[in-house]
Amino acid sequence: MAKAKGDIIIDVEICKGCELCVEACPENIIETAKQVNNKGYLYVVKVEDSCTGCTNCALVCPEAAITVYRKVKKKKELVTKISNVTSDITLKVGK
Amino acid sequence: MSEQTIIDEIKTEENLVYKKPEALKDTPFHYCPGCAHGVVHRLIAEVIDEMGIQSETIGVAPVGCSVFAYNYIDVDMTEAAHGRASAVATGIKRVLPDRLVFSYQGDGDLAAIGTGETIHTCNRGENVLIIFINNGIYGMTGGQMAPTTLENMKSTTTPFGRDVSVMGYPLKITELVAALPGTQYVTRQAVYKPGLVRKTKKAIRKSFELQKENKNGTCFIEVVANCPSNWKMTPVESNKWLEENMLPFYQLGDIKTPNGRK
Amino acid sequence: MSKLKLMKGNEALAEAAIRAGCDAYFGYPITPQSEVLEYLSREANKRTGMTVLQAESEIASINMVYGAAGTGKKIMTSSSSPGISLMQEGISYIACAELPCLIVNVNRGGPGLGTIQPAQSDYFQSVKGGGHGDYRLIVLAPSTVQEMSDFVKLAFELAFKYRNPIMILTDGALGQMMEKVELFEQQPREDIITGWETIGKPEDRPSNVITSLHIKPDKMEEINIHLQEKYKKMEENEVRVETIDCDDADYIITGYGLVARICTKAAQLARDKGLKVGVIRPITLFPFPYKTYFDIADNVKGILDVEMNAGQMIEDVRLAVNGKIPIEFYGRMGGMVPTPEEILEALETKLIGGKDE
Repeated sequence: MAKAKGDIIIDVEICKGCELCVEACPENIIETAKQVNNKGYLYVVKVEDSCTGCTNCALVCPEAAITVYRKVKKKKELVTKISNVTSDITLKVGK
Repeated sequence: MSEQTIIDEIKTEENLVYKKPEALKDTPFHYCPGCAHGVVHRLIAEVIDEMGIQSETIGVAPVGCSVFAYNYIDVDMTEAAHGRASAVATGIKRVLPDRLVFSYQGDGDLAAIGTGETIHTCNRGENVLIIFINNGIYGMTGGQMAPTTLENMKSTTTPFGRDVSVMGYPLKITELVAALPGTQYVTRQAVYKPGLVRKTKKAIRKSFELQKENKNGTCFIEVVANCPSNWKMTPVESNKWLEENMLPFYQLGDIKTPNGRK
Repeated sequence: MSKLKLMKGNEALAEAAIRAGCDAYFGYPITPQSEVLEYLSREANKRTGMTVLQAESEIASINMVYGAAGTGKKIMTSSSSPGISLMQEGISYIACAELPCLIVNVNRGGPGLGTIQPAQSDYFQSVKGGGHGDYRLIVLAPSTVQEMSDFVKLAFELAFKYRNPIMILTDGALGQMMEKVELFEQQPREDIITGWETIGKPEDRPSNVITSLHIKPDKMEEINIHLQEKYKKMEENEVRVETIDCDDADYIITGYGLVARICTKAAQLARDKGLKVGVIRPITLFPFPYKTYFDIADNVKGILDVEMNAGQMIEDVRLAVNGKIPIEFYGRMGGMVPTPEEILEALETKLIGGKDE
């Protein structure tokens, strides 16, 4: 099972189903839905949870319809944890 | 910990890495699916947000598909007559020199009917940014030949392909304005791939920064774009066509950079 | 009283632009008005900081005016007939977007490239719209170098009062001739920001948009109705007309601008011969002084309309008089200027019919 490092929210009502994000996604986790939105477009949806939060889909989206989240490494926290505790925790935070 | 929980934990404000920029209004774009205009509008808005220049930016919309640019980009804007956007930008900049002025024009607007204004605005070195969307066709009027239509490329007015012996040659106006002493930064970009989108945004930001520093000279960004509807292709096909046909002729990259800058 | 100066009409107009606190002039050389651009290039920036830019064409000029006027500043251009033709699209945009500005037409003989000599053949173009769509400019017609100066100040006042482009319609003779002129005092250049201008959007207001595009027909009709209401207000409040010796007149000679002065001389010659002749000089060509003609038509036997064209203002004179009395026309074209004697002769032969000879 893929481990999610990021996530996207697609505003399906402004999506026009151009599929440029489908093309741009390196994880191949965006697909065209089986139904249309209120404007009559076959919108796109995320179908798997392996999003890395790379933002490629949002960058090429002509509708500014995609919001992207990515789990950020907090450098300070990371350093503190590495120095203070065990490698067990750093594994969870890091890659 | 379930996958769903992990995802919910990811969706927090601190993990937000990409969202619709503030300087883009809520009005959905009227553009056809897959049209590059939306991307370029968004990039302008992103740069306006990041530089915090909304209150000092004034835009000029053209006649063409992007005539309604003012419905999307949330800055004061003037809608110009066909081809005259750079003259309108000149008028604004000359009386408000401390504002950041940009025009947004298509290929018919900038390189056919507005060629005179484009050349002379650049030759005067007006301290404005001209953003030029080149999709090689007239979009709004329904797919007629543009000055930038490629040789043998079909349009509704070159139904058998552009015959250069009859219709003349595709115009590389960007190289033309780069040759003028008045321009300081001239570049050709595209937005059909994530990496190129980033580069285009950098070019827009650099141009606004140069204008803000009050360096003398026009900044000129051509964006080689698609027109799925009038090219009669799907958006994905159109980008492939763009890469294979437009880019060999309209090569991407900086054509002119300011002295000492890269 | 400030001292009198001897100046060319074009230069008096340019000087008046500086003194009126004009912020920017965009123009392109064309005879017989190039002195305006030359004078401003020489004088304006160093005195008031006014922007003066020689554009690459009249089309660029008027679109620079459009952009600059959208910032709420005092903006102007000037040209002569062929150049004004090139500006018509831009003027239509400016009128629809309701931007204040001043456009000066130093009329020369046409059609086509025509001649550089004075004419009034752009009356229709100036008064009836000129460009596409239903719009009007307030058109001021100076007849002296003094008015070439005074009307610049007036034009800017009216432009901002109505948010409308104003045209000063003059001709090559008035532009070139020298007369004494008393210049008004220097006005400050000041920003009159009222909220509609595209000057950069602060956080607390929505973005301002200057456009003449309203794709939905109901909205476009609404804009048209608003414009027509504004023009109606102009017709109610801004009619300017001069009447000379009309009280006891049996006949009226009418003309505007330079021609009005020749008509006045012709009326004097007529009075010398015992003919009671008065003169009506419209100062605003839009709004046209219809009522003045309508009222006077009850007391006179006929009107001779004199123009330096084939007969354009006469259509408004006929509309005004509405058939009450005969209207006759005398005109010269292609840059020719009528003499007082010619006008008197026309009055006697065309209108009076020689019966007083």
